[in-house]
Amino acid sequence: MSFERTQEKLKILADAAKYDVSCSSSGSQRTNKNKGLGDATGMGICHSYTEDGRCVSLLKILLTNYCIFDCAYCVTRKSNDIKRAAFKVQEVVDLTINFYRRNYIEGLFLSSGIFKSADYTMERLVAVAKKLRLEENFNGYIHLKSIPGASDELMREAGLYADRLSVNIEIPTTSGLKKLAPDKKREDFIKPMVKVKNEIIQYKSERKIIKNTPKYAPAGQSTQMIIGASGENDFQIMQTSNHFYNTYNLKRVYYSGYVPISYDDRLPQIGSAVPMMRENRLYQTDWLMRFYGFDVSEILNAKHQHLDLDVDPKLSWALRNLHEFPVDVNTADKRMLARIPGLGMKSVYKILNARRFRRLNWEHLKKIGIALNRAQYFMICDSNQFERRDLSPEKIKGLILQNSTSKYSKSLSNQLSLFG
Amino acid sequence: MHNRNLIYDGTFDGFLSTVFYVFEQQIDAVTIQSESDVQHGLFSENETIITDEKKANRVWKGLKNKVSKFGHYQLYYAFLSEQAGVENLLLDFIKYVFSTDLKVDKDFSHPSVLKIAQIAKMVGREKHRMEAFVRFRLTKDVIYFASIEPDFNVLPLISKHFKRRYADQKWLIYDIKRQYGLFYDLQKVDIIAMEFPSNFDFTKTNVDYFDQQEFEFQKLWQDYFKSTNIESRKNMKLHIRHVPKRYWKYLSEKQPY
Repeated sequence: MSFERTQEKLKILADAAKYDVSCSSSGSQRTNKNKGLGDATGMGICHSYTEDGRCVSLLKILLTNYCIFDCAYCVTRKSNDIKRAAFKVQEVVDLTINFYRRNYIEGLFLSSGIFKSADYTMERLVAVAKKLRLEENFNGYIHLKSIPGASDELMREAGLYADRLSVNIEIPTTSGLKKLAPDKKREDFIKPMVKVKNEIIQYKSERKIIKNTPKYAPAGQSTQMIIGASGENDFQIMQTSNHFYNTYNLKRVYYSGYVPISYDDRLPQIGSAVPMMRENRLYQTDWLMRFYGFDVSEILNAKHQHLDLDVDPKLSWALRNLHEFPVDVNTADKRMLARIPGLGMKSVYKILNARRFRRLNWEHLKKIGIALNRAQYFMICDSNQFERRDLSPEKIKGLILQNSTSKYSKSLSNQLSLFG
Repeated sequence: MHNRNLIYDGTFDGFLSTVFYVFEQQIDAVTIQSESDVQHGLFSENETIITDEKKANRVWKGLKNKVSKFGHYQLYYAFLSEQAGVENLLLDFIKYVFSTDLKVDKDFSHPSVLKIAQIAKMVGREKHRMEAFVRFRLTKDVIYFASIEPDFNVLPLISKHFKRRYADQKWLIYDIKRQYGLFYDLQKVDIIAMEFPSNFDFTKTNVDYFDQQEFEFQKLWQDYFKSTNIESRKNMKLHIRHVPKRYWKYLSEKQPY
């Protein structure tokens, strides 16, 4: 491995891969066999964090940034005037193994620009994973990109070596995709996703009968949408997300605030802010759907198509549904506890356990660590002190915002000081 | 009545032996201290407790039947925090456990139970951080070497993780603060003490000790770390919350280029 060549390629191909936000390395059950290298059981590990605060868990690179497509939102689009490079299969293998041995990473996340054809590209990605597994006896985490349009045979093979597969739908609506990526069709994204979904179902049912059925993508599949590039509102985005969770059994949908990289007038211009706050609210909504028992239509529907930026989506829902409150924390079921603003699932769990021993009062709840600033308007406990006034939603919101430093107000005041 | 001061040798078995003694003698007013940080009380008598593995095991087994698996390991985690006074908090917890027929280790409305849970959580976080932040460097003797300085004594907790993961390479993780390390020789993990040359700087990768390749891979890793950052999303506050500055000196990606 020539050090200088590799160094140059790594810079180019890591830079090009960084807009893919997935960094998950959990959810696989690959154990270390035959005293080999690596283990991908249990929880994921973030080995470092970049200065933008994002987790570094996997070596995230493109095999190449040569690409035959010209998608407006993508930094490696054909028409973009940038340096191009391509790794050899062995170079990626060496980097992965040596980074892993030093405990820098949990494994490899390999994506690629599309050169020649979908199958030609997918074949190279599979070759890397295969070599790592069979020749290097590597049991760390491997995340491969499913190349839109790749054949079923290749997708089958990919899942035998990878822990996770993902294909990014990028633009939440079909019309937006048509505008920004005229070469690509929604069907091309869906095809490998369907294949992987069916293979996973088949693997799970065969495993029940034959214990040593070879693993197929044990950490499932995921996708990513770009936020704020093509004008979709939050309602459309979360509907699409919900559809993908339900139809393709996805493990995760990632939301990536669009980072302006182009002067194309179909897109936000270079220098406009990345919509990070909005991205954050979408993730919170995603969590409410997946872990807090909310249906997406409770949070976003035809009447409420936008998430509030100044308060979190659960508080926003509670303010619209004051008739459901106050909730008595000493008697309420898990579902309703999880709906109180300011209570996370960890607090819910602690309350459920603690209240078996005694009735809980404000002091207990404060020590357990719930955010009383928000929660106090929505709950009662073993105390005769509680909110007795008949407050309007606007009034409650005002009081909460007054007594807190919201992430929103902070980012707002930063922006103001620019002009101040 | 006099407050009695029980001194133990600092080991977990020693602590459990002391707990055994407290129950056996039915002592009420008691302070348990490790011999390394004994403070003499003006009106208290000091007694040294001799570690007895059998007694320790009896206490440990007794606890196992009275608490959930979660509560059981929490006790050990909290002990490894080495926080001042943690022994007495643990004793309070253990007394509460044995005072009732209920499984009380999840009674988060009890002050000692909640406090132990919170300390154990801090230790758990530190354990997880060490699994993440250990940076091996390849030495000339073909041993992957890492030095750490964790807030809590987490080496005993991370041994299994590294053994399972790096089964085919020799590795050594050394706790500079507590002056002991774990060494894996391709067969088993041993606890070892080590002598370092007086001019040995743990934060530097010196050509005398480290493999030539090591320098190249550190450079590549630093390059990668820089390239994968998105400048327009920069958020140093978040960055530092995830990677507190006290860990930086042993992270390869944070070293001068």
